[in-house]
Amino acid sequence: MSELAVFIADDEAPARDRLRELLQDIAGELPSRVVGEAANGFEAIERVRDAGPQVVLLDIQMPGMGGLEVARHLAGLPQAPAVVFVTAHDRHAVEAFELNALDYLLKPVRAERLAAALRKAISTGATAAAPLARAAGQAREYLSAAERNRIQLVPLRDVIYFKAELKYVTLRTREREHLIEESLVALEREFSDKFVRIHRNCLVAKAAIRGFERAADEEDEPRWLVVLDGIEERLPVSRRQWPTVRDQAAEK
Amino acid sequence: MARVLIGVNVLALAAAVYAAPAWAQALADFVGGAAFLEPLLLASLVLLYALAPLLARLSYWWGCAAVLALVSLLASVAYAVWPASVDPGAPGLARTVMLTAIVVTLVLGYLRLLVKAHSPALAEARLQALQARIRPHFLFNSLNAVLALIRRDPKRAERTLEDLADLFRTLMSDGRKFVRLADEISLLERYASIEQLRLGERLRVVWELDAAPPDALLPPLLLQPLLENAIYHGIEPGTGAGEVLVRIERRGGRVLARVENPYFPEHQHRAGNRMALANIGERLQLFFDAEARVETGVEGGRFVVQVELPYRSRETGRE
Repeated sequence: MSELAVFIADDEAPARDRLRELLQDIAGELPSRVVGEAANGFEAIERVRDAGPQVVLLDIQMPGMGGLEVARHLAGLPQAPAVVFVTAHDRHAVEAFELNALDYLLKPVRAERLAAALRKAISTGATAAAPLARAAGQAREYLSAAERNRIQLVPLRDVIYFKAELKYVTLRTREREHLIEESLVALEREFSDKFVRIHRNCLVAKAAIRGFERAADEEDEPRWLVVLDGIEERLPVSRRQWPTVRDQAAEK
Repeated sequence: MARVLIGVNVLALAAAVYAAPAWAQALADFVGGAAFLEPLLLASLVLLYALAPLLARLSYWWGCAAVLALVSLLASVAYAVWPASVDPGAPGLARTVMLTAIVVTLVLGYLRLLVKAHSPALAEARLQALQARIRPHFLFNSLNAVLALIRRDPKRAERTLEDLADLFRTLMSDGRKFVRLADEISLLERYASIEQLRLGERLRVVWELDAAPPDALLPPLLLQPLLENAIYHGIEPGTGAGEVLVRIERRGGRVLARVENPYFPEHQHRAGNRMALANIGERLQLFFDAEARVETGVEGGRFVVQVELPYRSRETGRE
């Protein structure tokens, strides 16, 4: 039996030490190898891809980015790992895990529970994105864009608009564009409080709307363009969406 | 005491408004009356404060009678000293004493209501509900950290368990008994050393305790939640190292405790911070009434909590 590749993410050094000790303790029945460690959510995302673990032991409460959001970004990796959450005490998260059949361990972790969780992870494989999104119960603070074989995290607050192209969605920040593999419908649902649909193929950040410009129209009907903060590009508002867009922009 | 001062003045104002034909007259009467009223009021309070230990030996109703007699006596003395000729419309001696007696009765009645509202059973229930609670998150993470220590550093594991035991002993102790500041400080240090174990170099605690009066009395676990909050909201959300400042000092008759931590505005949604602070405020109010307060603010990117309470070094009866 080959060794199981495990990655440990926890912001407390003693907690990481403890998990490594326990993995050694159960090595007789379940040989494993720690392929990497991280002390916060960003480090975890950065390192998991290169380390290529089969299982990630992921603490929920970590600085920067919590475990639940980390797991959602990891689920988008080409070789997504199985995720086992670890928490000291978080009733809400635990309820959400139970509800969505996600595996978790309570600190202090027991060796038998760890072994059982790892065995289960081996048999079920990668943790899927959908139950993770349901368990998180809130919008992400970052989007992950695939870039030269690594995950590029883009803070949601930097996003000016999402635009659906043929196969991908383009995400525009002040500086540049990124491609993300998500559907516009799902994005609209997740970020409905911050973004508004201005056209069949486009969501705009309400905070980035500076105003509207009337566009010349061949059919003599008024057409409106959104003027945005930080970028020159103007985006057309569809007739159908115009009343909604106008109201939401006025509300912000 | 502050309540008595304000209360009597409000009564005097009300009386002046009632007695005078016009608003301007009412205000003038109030100011004129104050020349008589304020010295009397302050003298009464000083006298009563000085005699408090004696009065406390009497039964409740005898005490009330004694207070009434004392203040009436003072009023007649004041009446004799005060040149009544200045204002021919001023009330006579009998009326002055009677008015004084009525006011004293009203104030005593109000204080009795206040005591009833904070009756022992009610106050006890409220205190128990407000009793500082350590976050379960902290308990389980600490136990986990101790487990990690047992094999590689058994000595430190032992020390940490001892610290935890002390912390929980205090937590389960009688929350109504005052403790010495020195004891609360040693508890803070034990708590900080456990957090240090979990967080390592991410946590730096700076102690400024040279001017702290070790004998000052305060409710138990009043300051520990402040340090716990500072670490939970100021250190744990950060990926880098952060500094927490704990400064306790005595300034005249006041004890000032100040806790500072790095401020993460985006983490303010982590509930509990405001609740813990409101909780401390309410406990302070139950123990010290209006003489203690909690203030919070953001100064130069740091979150600051300041607690101010009267310096008391021995148990005295609550007002």
